Amino acid sequence: MKRMVVALPALVALILGGFFLWGLNPDRDPNAVPTARIAKPVPEFDLPAVAGIETPGLSADNLRETGEPVLVNVFASWCVPCRAEHAVLTRFVEQDGIRLMGINYQDKPEDAADWLADLGNPYERIGSDLDGRVGVDWAISGVPETFVVDANGVVVFRYVGPIIAPEAQAEVRAALDAAKEPL
Amino acid sequence: MKRWILVLFITFAASLAWGLEPDEILSDRGLEQRARDLSKQLRCVVCLNQDIDSSNAGVARTMRILLRERLVAGDSDEEVRAFFVERYGDFVLFQPPLKGSTYLLWFGPFVFFGIGAGIVVVVFRRHRAKTVRMSAGSLSAEEEHEINAFLQSEEEHK
Repeated sequence: MKRMVVALPALVALILGGFFLWGLNPDRDPNAVPTARIAKPVPEFDLPAVAGIETPGLSADNLRETGEPVLVNVFASWCVPCRAEHAVLTRFVEQDGIRLMGINYQDKPEDAADWLADLGNPYERIGSDLDGRVGVDWAISGVPETFVVDANGVVVFRYVGPIIAPEAQAEVRAALDAAKEPL
Repeated sequence: MKRWILVLFITFAASLAWGLEPDEILSDRGLEQRARDLSKQLRCVVCLNQDIDSSNAGVARTMRILLRERLVAGDSDEEVRAFFVERYGDFVLFQPPLKGSTYLLWFGPFVFFGIGAGIVVVVFRRHRAKTVRMSAGSLSAEEEHEINAFLQSEEEHK
């Protein structure tokens, strides 16, 4: 009994230490929003094209018949980080041949059309999610957010925020490569 | 001065009224009440520690509208919660559900209380056992006599 009492402070220190080790880990993001959408088929949706541009709309069916992993990027013209990310996505498409689909989130079609005319349009398809419903179906917590959908239409990876930093780009590339490997 | 206090009060009262917007409110009072109750149980995925009822975030507004649509379509409260859990996981609920991975969370406090109570009981028992042992080995007649003599002499000194 006495031995147990003596060991008690050490035990408490151990538990607290473990908690701090977890809590103070610089790689842990306390603001990360978990999603129940990873490793699941893409949600059912069918979005019309953005009015005023030629790029066709986007539906769940389109993502099921790609035959290879693709990126699905949620963006909006009012989203400043999206502007920064746009150059990276364009490079992905033009230099690396990555296929890119877009969900234009709660954006006025005129604004989106202007934005794409201004910066260029790397997207193969763009669905216009005017009221943000499909955004909730994809369980996004903000824009931009980017998903990797594999050849079978399963969402295998999610990146929250703009893909700008080299680490972020590497992470997305790695996810695409991982999705390419046959199951 | 009083006027300024009033101005301040009104300013802050107005900021409290953010969140739910008038155009979202349902005409059916019963449904609206359920919508309010439910939206207080759901986490805004942008501002994390705020419920969607009081959040100004765009996603929260969309979630409130979707929630009301589900209710109008005849969903039960449980079905509405399931709709959001299917997308955002249990994280979206302020009250974590009771299941395997949350047993420690739900019952941990009771376990710790049990351990503490156990220690207290053991310590008190030992303490009492000690006192009883001491009183059992009470003084002999000779010692009693000695003490009495001592007390007596003290009295006389006064």
